[in-house]
Amino acid sequence: MSETVLELDGVVKEFPGVRALDGVHLQVRAGEVHCLLGQNGAGKSTLIKVLAGVHKPDAGTVTWQGSPVSFANPQAAMKAGIATIYQELDLVDHLSVAENVFLGQEPSRFGFVHRRTAASRTRTVLQRLGHPEIPVHRLVEALPSAGKQIVSMARALSHEAKLIIMDEPSAVLAHDEVANLFRIIRELTAEGIAVVYISHRLEEIREIGDRVTVLKDGRTSAVDLPARTTPTRDLVSKMTGRSIEYVFPPREGTPGEVLLQVSGLSRAQEFHDVSFTVRTGEIVGIAGLVGSGRSELLETVYGARTPESGTVSFAGRNLPAGSVAAAVRAGLGLAPEERKSQALLLAEPVYRNITLTTFGRYAHGGFTDAGREQAEASRIADALELRPRDVRRPAGTLSGGNQQKVVVGRWLLGDTRLLLLDEPTRGVDVGARAELYQVIRDLARRGVGVLLVSSEVPEVLGLADRVLVMREGRLIKQAPAGELTEDDVLDLVMAGSLSPTSS
Amino acid sequence: MTAQTSVVERGGWWRTIPTESLWRNLGLVGVLVVLFVIGAIIRPDLYGDSDWVVNNMLVILQQAAAIGVVTVGVTFVIIGGGIDLSVGALIALAGVWSTTLATQSYGAGGMIFAAIAVGTIAGALNGLLIAYGRLVPFIATLAMLVAARGLAAQISGKQTQVSGNQFINGIATTRVAGIPMLVIILAVAAALGWVLLNRTTFGRRTVAIGSNAEAARLAGINVRRHTLLLYALSGLCCGIGAIMLTSLATSAQAAAAELYELDAIAAAIIGGTLLSGGRGTIVGSMFGVIVFSAITNLFAIANLPTEVQNMVKGGIIVLAVLIQQIRFRSLTALFRKP
Ligand SMILES: Nc1ncnc2c1ncn2[C@@H]1O[C@H](COP(=O)(O)OP(=O)(O)OP(=O)(O)O)[C@@H](O)[C@H]1O
Ligand SMILES: [Mg+2]
Repeated sequence: MSETVLELDGVVKEFPGVRALDGVHLQVRAGEVHCLLGQNGAGKSTLIKVLAGVHKPDAGTVTWQGSPVSFANPQAAMKAGIATIYQELDLVDHLSVAENVFLGQEPSRFGFVHRRTAASRTRTVLQRLGHPEIPVHRLVEALPSAGKQIVSMARALSHEAKLIIMDEPSAVLAHDEVANLFRIIRELTAEGIAVVYISHRLEEIREIGDRVTVLKDGRTSAVDLPARTTPTRDLVSKMTGRSIEYVFPPREGTPGEVLLQVSGLSRAQEFHDVSFTVRTGEIVGIAGLVGSGRSELLETVYGARTPESGTVSFAGRNLPAGSVAAAVRAGLGLAPEERKSQALLLAEPVYRNITLTTFGRYAHGGFTDAGREQAEASRIADALELRPRDVRRPAGTLSGGNQQKVVVGRWLLGDTRLLLLDEPTRGVDVGARAELYQVIRDLARRGVGVLLVSSEVPEVLGLADRVLVMREGRLIKQAPAGELTEDDVLDLVMAGSLSPTSS
Repeated sequence: MTAQTSVVERGGWWRTIPTESLWRNLGLVGVLVVLFVIGAIIRPDLYGDSDWVVNNMLVILQQAAAIGVVTVGVTFVIIGGGIDLSVGALIALAGVWSTTLATQSYGAGGMIFAAIAVGTIAGALNGLLIAYGRLVPFIATLAMLVAARGLAAQISGKQTQVSGNQFINGIATTRVAGIPMLVIILAVAAALGWVLLNRTTFGRRTVAIGSNAEAARLAGINVRRHTLLLYALSGLCCGIGAIMLTSLATSAQAAAAELYELDAIAAAIIGGTLLSGGRGTIVGSMFGVIVFSAITNLFAIANLPTEVQNMVKGGIIVLAVLIQQIRFRSLTALFRKP
């Protein structure tokens, strides 16, 4: 058995009003992949922020390589050999890839940043990550979200780290990227580097993990579980205190008349000549790699991007191109891909985030009705198991998964007739995920059309009635979900993208 | 249910958000008290006379009235994520336009209408350039500043235009129950602004757009139209301010209200409005305006040169922004890595 590099004992971290960590124990060994499991809001991200020097613990001890430590700031933790990939991307949009990778530790000579060294070392790291195509001088803001994730991984790898912490790194990665990530993790652990890995996807933990520590409500509820052999039932009950049947709700009823008709929609570099329909009460899933044009397609249908050719007709009428306001008035709703930049008002209370699309409806003669808004928002919070339940807290203090529930929950209010969901379960835990599936199915039963984009093929197959497969901006297959298997879809999605340059 | 929701919740820290602006406002009241004490030390003769003290307070408020109304508009613009550098110039333009001999011939109603229409239209033009022409607010309103001052000089021929209208001139000298009319106008404008910001869908949209314009857009809010309205509102406030200034001076000129934009922005900021948008209060802005007015008043009473006064104002602005940054950082540091 290899030595213990990191040990946490009785760590407590309190935020005003919330005890996020309430006596956590954790032991990580050199060369292992240590998985952290726990529901949304269990304290996983808070824990790793304590390790990374972002938060100072209120009580408890952190022992790093045999000696007790207390990191004053993230730089100190980095110097000590702890690198972190955060759940929320923390890149500086207006700096280049190389500048981001070496932010705060720029190779320098006489006080001047040595740009050539930084660039070449960045190239080496990107090469190792299997992404030599990412231009090191490109501004980070110009990269797609998967590209940003690669850059933040590159940053973590560019340090001489002994421990690398990854907080839901796979949430924004496509299927083949995850395989790539696992290859890198295996290389790291073979060198004796320890990895702390957080994910809500149990399959991943089975594949890459060695041991599991489970957090529940800020406490360690189980330690030293073998990642491969512990039954799912046990893991879930340790996390949630109950057992959850991880199944998709049954399909019922038959779809009604055509609600959305997309014909010949194109946008250069994004997608080409896409045509399909969504009927009332139908859930249509779009499978495809990140970068296959799925999100762009959704945003174009929604009017957030203007198509170069083609039409979007809704309930028999053409929607004006490029007008979100008109689409929303017609009854469309979009839960976008990036919750922080595209969906949330972080400093505003949760209830105002949930009613962002409906506060006008509850208003009387232009005067908002805060009481009604809070009541409606609380209803959604209950349905989606938002934690903490208080809807008056600023949205930015919620955990990642709970923020995601806010983004989706917004559209459950009002009378949305067609819901566009872009990665709706990103970062949402198993329990809440089951609730969310049920909620989406209930919407469909009430006649709402749903267009769902997800990187998780089982989710698309399990939830959707009909599946569209996209590859490199083209719709290459449409079929009822029952006629496809996971392998079929993966083959379709991957074919022709043997080189990992698709992002 | 309770078993799995037992993330320990303690009594509402969200209340620290209202409390934070409360503290800030208390701080500004503290500044006012300090200014008062300094005044009392420098001129015990004046401050010993309670009639004079009450009257002086009304003078401070009266001096704050026009800039205060403008600050209400500017506060909205800043909360909505923009900036308006043209307010001083718009006051001058509206003032000059409404006091030409031709306009004056329409009487008080014509003058008020002209001032408000000119201010609102010029403001809407700002909004048009920013929302639909995609100009950066800083540049668009800077261009408007230059152009509006130029137009005002052109119209007035760089002459001071005397107002011969007794009604307009009388506004500044009228008192209702001992309170100057201009102060009442300010109070009404501030109250309306408060309601608009905190109780209406217009205010909610303003905050949403200032917090995250992309999220607001994707939620179906017409961001462009709202942006246009925000600048038009700011222009409207300038129109009202122009009437108030004309009344005080019984005249208007192209050089009037110089640097009002800086005073209004500074007042909003020391009142707690975030320059990056999404957060701010009308009450705070009003305290900011009154603090500046009180400083000016104190320097006049103490017979100190205006240069020193400007230095003190500058110092206060820096201090306020520093405090704001510290607060802001402690709030956001939790989500960002330095
Ligand atoms: N800055 C903050 N201020 C107040 N409360 C916070 C803050 N950050 C986190 N919390 C609270 O601490 C608790 C733990 O949050 P954390 O982000 O660690 O959860 P998590 O386990 O990472 O969840 P997820 O799986 O959704 O990412 C939550 O209840 C959250 O609301
Ligand atoms: Mg988290």
